[in-house]
Amino acid sequence: MKTPPLLSAVPALTSRHIAALAVLLALACALPFLIGNYRVFQLTLALVYAIALLGLNMLTGYNGQISLGHGAFYAIGAYTAAILMDHNVLPYWATIPVAGIVCLVIGFLFGLPALRLEGLYLALATFALGVAMPQILKHNSIEPWTGGSQGIVITKPDPPAWLPVSQDQWLYMFTLAWTVLLFFAAWNLLRGRIGRALVAIRDQPVAAQAMGVNTALYKSLAFGVSALYTGIAGALGAIAVQFVAPDSFSFFLSITFVVGVVVGGLASISGALYGALFIVFIPNIADQISKAAPWAIYGVFLIGLMYLMPSGVAGAIRIARRRWFDRERPSAAQRAASPPARDVQV
Amino acid sequence: MTVNIPRRRWLGSSLALGASVVAAPVFAQKKPTGSEIKLGQTMPYSGPASAYGTIGKVEQAYFKMINDEGGVNGHPITLISLDDGYSPPKTVEQVRKLVEEDHVLALFETLGTPTNSAIHKYVNAKKVPHLFVATGATKWNDPKHYPWTFGFNLSYQTEGEIYGRYLLKNKPNAKIGILYQNDDYGKDLLTGVKHVLTGPHAKLIVKEVTYEVTDPTIDSQILTLQSSGADTFIDITTPKFSAQAVRKAFDSGWKPLHFLNNVGASVGSVLKPAGLDKAVGLITVQYYKDATDPQWKDDPAMLKWRAFMARYYREGDVNDASNIFGYIAAQTMVQVLKQCGKDLTRENIKRQAENLKNFRPPLLLPGIAINTSPTDHAPIKQGQLSKFDGQKWALFGEVIGGGAG
Amino acid sequence: MDLLLHQALSGLATGGIYASVALALVMIYQATHLVNFAQGEMAMFSTYLAWSLMQAGVPYWGAFAITVVAAFVGGVLIERVVVQPVENSPILSLVIVFIGLLVIFNSVAGWIFTYTIKPFPSPFPEQPLFGNRYLSSHDMGSTAVTLVVLSLVFVFFRFTPLGLAMRAAAQNPVSSRLVGVRVGWMLALGWGLASAIGAVAGIMVAPVVFLEPNMMGGILLYAFAGALLGGIDSPGGAVLGGFIVGVLENVIGVYVGSELKLTMALVIIVGVLVVRPAGLFGKVHVARV
Repeated sequence: MKTPPLLSAVPALTSRHIAALAVLLALACALPFLIGNYRVFQLTLALVYAIALLGLNMLTGYNGQISLGHGAFYAIGAYTAAILMDHNVLPYWATIPVAGIVCLVIGFLFGLPALRLEGLYLALATFALGVAMPQILKHNSIEPWTGGSQGIVITKPDPPAWLPVSQDQWLYMFTLAWTVLLFFAAWNLLRGRIGRALVAIRDQPVAAQAMGVNTALYKSLAFGVSALYTGIAGALGAIAVQFVAPDSFSFFLSITFVVGVVVGGLASISGALYGALFIVFIPNIADQISKAAPWAIYGVFLIGLMYLMPSGVAGAIRIARRRWFDRERPSAAQRAASPPARDVQV
Repeated sequence: MTVNIPRRRWLGSSLALGASVVAAPVFAQKKPTGSEIKLGQTMPYSGPASAYGTIGKVEQAYFKMINDEGGVNGHPITLISLDDGYSPPKTVEQVRKLVEEDHVLALFETLGTPTNSAIHKYVNAKKVPHLFVATGATKWNDPKHYPWTFGFNLSYQTEGEIYGRYLLKNKPNAKIGILYQNDDYGKDLLTGVKHVLTGPHAKLIVKEVTYEVTDPTIDSQILTLQSSGADTFIDITTPKFSAQAVRKAFDSGWKPLHFLNNVGASVGSVLKPAGLDKAVGLITVQYYKDATDPQWKDDPAMLKWRAFMARYYREGDVNDASNIFGYIAAQTMVQVLKQCGKDLTRENIKRQAENLKNFRPPLLLPGIAINTSPTDHAPIKQGQLSKFDGQKWALFGEVIGGGAG
Repeated sequence: MDLLLHQALSGLATGGIYASVALALVMIYQATHLVNFAQGEMAMFSTYLAWSLMQAGVPYWGAFAITVVAAFVGGVLIERVVVQPVENSPILSLVIVFIGLLVIFNSVAGWIFTYTIKPFPSPFPEQPLFGNRYLSSHDMGSTAVTLVVLSLVFVFFRFTPLGLAMRAAAQNPVSSRLVGVRVGWMLALGWGLASAIGAVAGIMVAPVVFLEPNMMGGILLYAFAGALLGGIDSPGGAVLGGFIVGVLENVIGVYVGSELKLTMALVIIVGVLVVRPAGLFGKVHVARV
């Protein structure tokens, strides 16, 4: 590895890491053929949310800019894909990068005025975006494109003729491919200069600027890239669900994303996966526990998790591994001194 | 997979059960003998529409009562009711679970327009009976393209058309102001009104304003309508906002001819909080009895309703119109199942659902009946206008059968 | 023109609602440097408590007093039991805890009290003051109550030793401890006071919007916007911000139409913040390197 671990925002991959990742990937590829179509669909959704959470994590976890409105970018990505497919402009697979680019531009443009805002005030601005989006989507003037309150129904794409898999399995593999690509890209981005710059801006903005980091550019770029990821997730999600409507993208979706990022673990790539699993499966579990007040159970889960693991699941795993390693290999104490170190393993 | 009933509730209803068995042998107790009939639904038990979650609970309670009486032709009914938080992606997930994992026989009373839109194509492709969806949107009655889907509510467009026709006949020079909720339900009702008030009549509408469910009050909207010079007010709002509208339209001195849509017309849940004296002269369309309306106080169907609620759904609000609505829907479902006889397949359930002839659950208004056919998947097509006299909704005119749906 | 005036005055009435809740948000921010997103739901729950007391026969002002005290105690308890164990976590983890509280209160209220709207009495007379058509007595009365509470909060923070101790505990807990301030109990006190203010806000709001579990959702949104517009560390600013949001929203509705009211209001607020990033009356924080 060229970059020493202490100077990177994400630790370098050891050969053990790579082996574990390969096993995980093999498992992920085999899974859709072992479980029913409904579960495959759920896992596809989990992958979609993982991409969205990774996007938000890059902005909030690594760069310290709070966003309470990422549901808006998810919506923009979803509608871009839906409109392009509905009007037969592009086939489904081509809509994904288009959705990403559209959100990249919008995210960057939003990031520019947001440069002036800090903390709570930025939270409000992004919150405003998340709240206003459903209303914008319902507006009469764009109804011929967006379908207004009724939304747009999307035809489920078929797998290529030469592949003997079901539609759900194909969509899963398609989404998995994008997930692997985007996660790798994020890891690559964050382990170099850019990652260091983002973290520096988060922790010591003044010092970073004094050191010559172009704070304004990086912060706006962070917004743009974060929106790109979430937009792609939105497009993939729209195809998986085969339906978009303003009601699918309420501000509660934005809150759910924040919950997912924090529960999964801030400033952590694997955290995006844990967070996605949480937001897909925990509400179902809460529903089974109590029909009378399911969200009270969900709230208890949230508070309990924050009590037990304040730095999220990834953080807890990191702490547990460190403790285990400290007992066996004292030299790993040096690793304990590194900045937001997290592991890529599950 | 049956639904978990919290222990406390179980104990409570067991005690109530014991007491009522001793007190009055109104409910028979028989054990069902046949295989279970599995129905599935998604309901907003959380999220912005959680007020309607009670519909799922009342239907659950009704099926429990049916099971206590021996089930339908000896078969017990199991209703698997899942929370979708009124979010379409969640609805897709839950319905797929119901169809592909739980293998339900039919979907019953899935609630919401966007939520049902998300699964519309899927359930028809999978050939699962999509019965009595809990929304008034008109698009569910489309047997040619979606043969497995059935509506239930009197369609919003039909209701809107009734208001439109009444105005054309009785107040052709009205200046109409319309307030509607900015979503598909609101727009659907508006479409119904505009179906009738079209062409030269379209200019009768002088002002349209909307509101969002996140708006704390609609006082500002009422002001706008008032200042537009409208003397007629078509009010397309849900209960909380209906109460505000009724009160504000009176307090601000406007006092128009006020049409209040059925969704927001409950005496106990809307008019009483708003102020009964402020509601005099309101006009609405009804198709089922209002539990808080004094004219049905001694109605035998209403008494049976109260007994049912006291015994099977104590924590529910006996005056909530949503509960009555769910009760009627559940009765209709049981009727379909009864008509199925021994043949409990999806195909036969669909056939029987298309074969309801003059079925009159007694909580529907007298004169209104449920009718379906292979080309007509709208069970309720009739309504009757009524005017509020300060105490009750006084029905007038005749039962009207709408054109849309 | 008359419509504009009418709408603006009506906006002042709704603005008063936002201002009262914004005040509770500011209170908790002054005491803890955190925004408690569950403030609205806690206020709603306290209002249900008042309603239950009145259903049981307790007269209005008795129920009012009991509820405010109960809300105070409840706030203190929540801080000590739920927030204190996680108080050293990163800010976003605390935000998640607040979101957890929010959904718990909302869900439990819906379960216990059902979702049917309930009328809530107003202590103010039915007749509008001076017979005017623009503002009801309740609108004026609740605005007066908000201003009274605002003055009490202002006096408390500026002129009492306890208020000073609370502000110190929030701004610099380490140094405050060295000076002898019981930081933990200052935070708890802050929560208690914010909860009490929220209860008052809820009791004033419920007669207008009708009592139901989701009544505070939309209001919290606007109160948050108003508090930040005015400056989250200025009680007076936050109250003014609430009023401005109310008027702005209604006036925009006249020109843009109700379909984009919410969007335009938020665009304007964010625009103002971009120009004045700490709010209209907030203190600009200068960071020394």
